[in-house]
Amino acid sequence: MPKGRLLSRCAIHATLIVFAAFYLVPLVVVMLNSLRSTEDIAHAGVINLPRHLVWSNFSQTWSSYCISEHCTGIQPYFWNSMRMVIPATIVSTMLGALNGYSLSLWRFRGDKFVFGIMTLGVFLPEQMRLVPWVIVLRDLGLFNTISGLVMIHTVQGLSFTTLFCRNYYVSIPQDLLKAARIDGAGFFRIFWRIVLPLSPPILIVTVIWQFTGIWNEYLYGVTFSTGEHQPITAALIAFSAHLSDAPQYGQQSAAVLLAAAPTLLVYLFGGRYFVRGLTAGAVK
Amino acid sequence: MTGRERWDRIAPHLVIWPPILVSCAYVLLFSAWTVWISFTRSTLMPENSWAGWRNYSIMLATRNWQIAYTNLFIYGGCFVVFTMAMGLLLAVLIDQRIRGENVYRAIFLYPLAVSFVVTGTVWGWLLNPSIGLQKMMHDLGWSSFRFEWLIDRDKAIYTIVIAGVWQASGFAMALLLAGLRSVDGDLLKAAQIDGAGATRTYLRVVFPTIGPIFVAVMVMLLQFAIKTYDLVVALTGGGPGLASTLPTVVVYDFMFQRGDLGKGSAAAVMLLGSLAFVLVPYGLYQRWKRRKAGAHA
Repeated sequence: MPKGRLLSRCAIHATLIVFAAFYLVPLVVVMLNSLRSTEDIAHAGVINLPRHLVWSNFSQTWSSYCISEHCTGIQPYFWNSMRMVIPATIVSTMLGALNGYSLSLWRFRGDKFVFGIMTLGVFLPEQMRLVPWVIVLRDLGLFNTISGLVMIHTVQGLSFTTLFCRNYYVSIPQDLLKAARIDGAGFFRIFWRIVLPLSPPILIVTVIWQFTGIWNEYLYGVTFSTGEHQPITAALIAFSAHLSDAPQYGQQSAAVLLAAAPTLLVYLFGGRYFVRGLTAGAVK
Repeated sequence: MTGRERWDRIAPHLVIWPPILVSCAYVLLFSAWTVWISFTRSTLMPENSWAGWRNYSIMLATRNWQIAYTNLFIYGGCFVVFTMAMGLLLAVLIDQRIRGENVYRAIFLYPLAVSFVVTGTVWGWLLNPSIGLQKMMHDLGWSSFRFEWLIDRDKAIYTIVIAGVWQASGFAMALLLAGLRSVDGDLLKAAQIDGAGATRTYLRVVFPTIGPIFVAVMVMLLQFAIKTYDLVVALTGGGPGLASTLPTVVVYDFMFQRGDLGKGSAAAVMLLGSLAFVLVPYGLYQRWKRRKAGAHA
């Protein structure tokens, strides 16, 4: 390798490593701090190594921490989020696949227009729907329940999942369906036998996208639920507001890490699909 | 027609229409509903008494709203510029066929998997002068080091820029890198034969061809900026005072903390207007481009 080239290679790596460090600092800091005592952190700062390892932060945060009068740890909020994210992800993905199929392959008059309206849903700010949701949830008796949040995220998610699936199904050749139709296959048979077997890549992308988006969502959680019915993002904020006078950095770090863990794990194992979802969602 | 045949014809419609109708109704009716409320005298509860443009004029004259929009301009501008710059730099560096590409990509993108609540909380600690960066510098012996943006009225909004750029530049990097990789190899070879160096090739050949992606990413980022909410709540809470408040925060404040649904909805509609201001021209541009491409084909 010529000398100039070697030098430029080194410069590239050096720059990338500096940036990588900038990206990793917050994660490393939280991980280290989750193993430090609050006194240690308050005394030596958040950007420091643990003086001695404190493992109890996790158990305390998980099961005995107090968030405004409820001393149950973040455990119930974590499970709230799980009970919200799993059904909402599954249902919105299934319906999105059906929608995508009927809009792209089955076709009907005005399908493009309908699709256009649904895509608008991706861009509408959440603020535009808060008040209507409050009224609808109240009338259905679902205010401050996990089922209510499941419903909201399912309906909200439809725009995204339909967009993903429709754009993927468009590339399935129409001839394949025509042949099947001539053989007498109907709507469901074609979906089940032809479209679904071709779908795993887009379904994985959609599931990952929905799971991450719903788990991380905050505004709906804090608006439509209170107290012990809140998902973990809302609970985290309540947690730090409650502690603003006497922060418990050690335990809060553990809480933050536990709240971030599910989506980080999904990213770690499904990163490839995650990026694909990103490009699918952004570039249309 | 037998019953079975009839059923076969009807059944698909029973499956096709409910989710589609729900979804369209959700987009159209909910938006119309909020627009309607913004024209009523609704306070704690929605009411149907017409108020005309009053909520809008009051909101526009409110200090919170003006500050929020000033902040949005500062934050949106800085956020988009720095995110694009960092994303482009990273994409170009990674594009040099370096070893460990996947590791770098994974590191630059992981923030996207994390919620803004988490990001905001952690950056809040890092930027907190008494325990974060400033504290570390002091402990290292640089006692005159000052980094108090988080509690400085004039600088607090920039802490949100830092956290926002940190979270989104991987996104810009991924999309721009995909663009760089899609540039026609022959075009690059031609540039090389003409004796263009790497810098020249990028400036003259590569960047112009990925122009459309550049614009697309910028529009997406602007859209993120306008919608930013959780990050502010978790990082600064909009403070100190109103120093880092954004329109989204004001909407929530009016709707659910002051119990003024009419004004809150008016604010939400104006927020939508800002989004449309960014997205509609882009949508029209896309359509125009597609039509032009269609005419040429």
